[in-house]
Amino acid sequence: MRNIFLFIRRYFNLFFFLLLQGCCIYLIVHYNTYHNAVFSNTANQLTGKINEQYNKVEDYFHLKKTNDSLVKANERLYNKLKADFQLPDSVSKIVLDTIKVDSLTQYRKYTYMQAAVIENSVNTQSNFIVLGRGKKQQLKEGMGLVDINNAAVGIITAVSDDYAVVMSLLHKDSHISGKLFKSGETGTLSWDGKTPNIISLNGIPKSAKVAAGDTIITSGFSTSFPRGMLVGYVTEVIPEKSSNNYLIKFKTAADFYNLQYVYAIDNSQQEAVDQLLEKAKQTK
Amino acid sequence: MSSFLKNIIRMALFILVQVFVLDKIHLHQMVTPYLYFLFILWLPFNMSRAWQLVIAFVYGFILDSFRHNPGFHAAACVLIAYIRPFLVNLLIPQEGADGNYDEPSIKSMGGILPYFIYVAVLTIIHHAWLFLLEAWQFGNIWYFLVKTLLSTAISLLLIIITELLFVRKQKFRTNTA
Repeated sequence: MRNIFLFIRRYFNLFFFLLLQGCCIYLIVHYNTYHNAVFSNTANQLTGKINEQYNKVEDYFHLKKTNDSLVKANERLYNKLKADFQLPDSVSKIVLDTIKVDSLTQYRKYTYMQAAVIENSVNTQSNFIVLGRGKKQQLKEGMGLVDINNAAVGIITAVSDDYAVVMSLLHKDSHISGKLFKSGETGTLSWDGKTPNIISLNGIPKSAKVAAGDTIITSGFSTSFPRGMLVGYVTEVIPEKSSNNYLIKFKTAADFYNLQYVYAIDNSQQEAVDQLLEKAKQTK
Repeated sequence: MSSFLKNIIRMALFILVQVFVLDKIHLHQMVTPYLYFLFILWLPFNMSRAWQLVIAFVYGFILDSFRHNPGFHAAACVLIAYIRPFLVNLLIPQEGADGNYDEPSIKSMGGILPYFIYVAVLTIIHHAWLFLLEAWQFGNIWYFLVKTLLSTAISLLLIIITELLFVRKQKFRTNTA
């Protein structure tokens, strides 16, 4: 017994070192999966405060760029206005229905909520974005996120009272489904952890017609993103030798180096869909 | 100023510089300049080894909480804090010379070469362990090697600049006093 104590005392530093390394590796393994993206809400609140202060200064330097992209977004929206299109008379005739439906509250599916980016990284293999808006301001886990030009950015993985953490597309565990705009094939987006702004789309069969420059959009299969949000533009199509699929590399439409403001998308019918799925599973 | 207070201020400054200045720099999307671990290289000689490990762990953990990936930097910091005393013993010119000064520097290590070896070895170990943990599932060995070497070079450059800019005044402590 005495010898054991002597042994432990002699190699105390080594054991202590191994213990601490073990702690670190446990943290890495346990907290870097999809669902445990944030290790504690308190740390999140604390670092969030500091980042918010820093961001106030940083925002100032990006004002011009932010303005420019807002003007562009506005232009795009104006072009979508009904007033810009000339419709044949017969179609534009308005027929009043006798049933009155409160169309705004009941039929709206997606609501956009603006949020400021207070922290963003691109240079690790698992990148997160922190938003200065949280649970108290109606953000929920699982919401999709787009930048001001409607290009997909990521999905919210954790919310605290005033902050939310987003797993950006530039995260090795991020798997959002994407779709080729032209031909309609659906695949999964994933990032290899090397070059920011370049992501790959997997699972597109070789029968699909793809060329560099094609547009990739969100598929709308998940409840996070509506269908047809811009994701990126194809830069390279590589046929995989071992399978019947293409590996498609594309440039993201969102510029991850320059995120100042984003919109979180709330799907108000998500609960209804979830309940229905639950019911279908039970009756089986 | 007491050594304790000095180290607390140093710690806060290193973390702020790392998070808000150096982390915003992306050189060819591959290299991130790291400087924060210089704090651990500068810890006093006479601190017990267990304390060095604890401080390294806490320090790495603080940096990790800014990056939302707990564990990576803490692991690398603990590793270099563990190896540090061995290197100091190996490189210090004569027995007991580490009692003459407070902390490792060019003067206390007895010349530029021993100090540079000390810094370079710990830097490369820190980077290699950090990137190895980060790259766990990416099996590309060349990418890992190039990233480690380039980041080490940049970090060493930053450390040299830091040493030139901030001269640390160190008193010679005699045994007789």
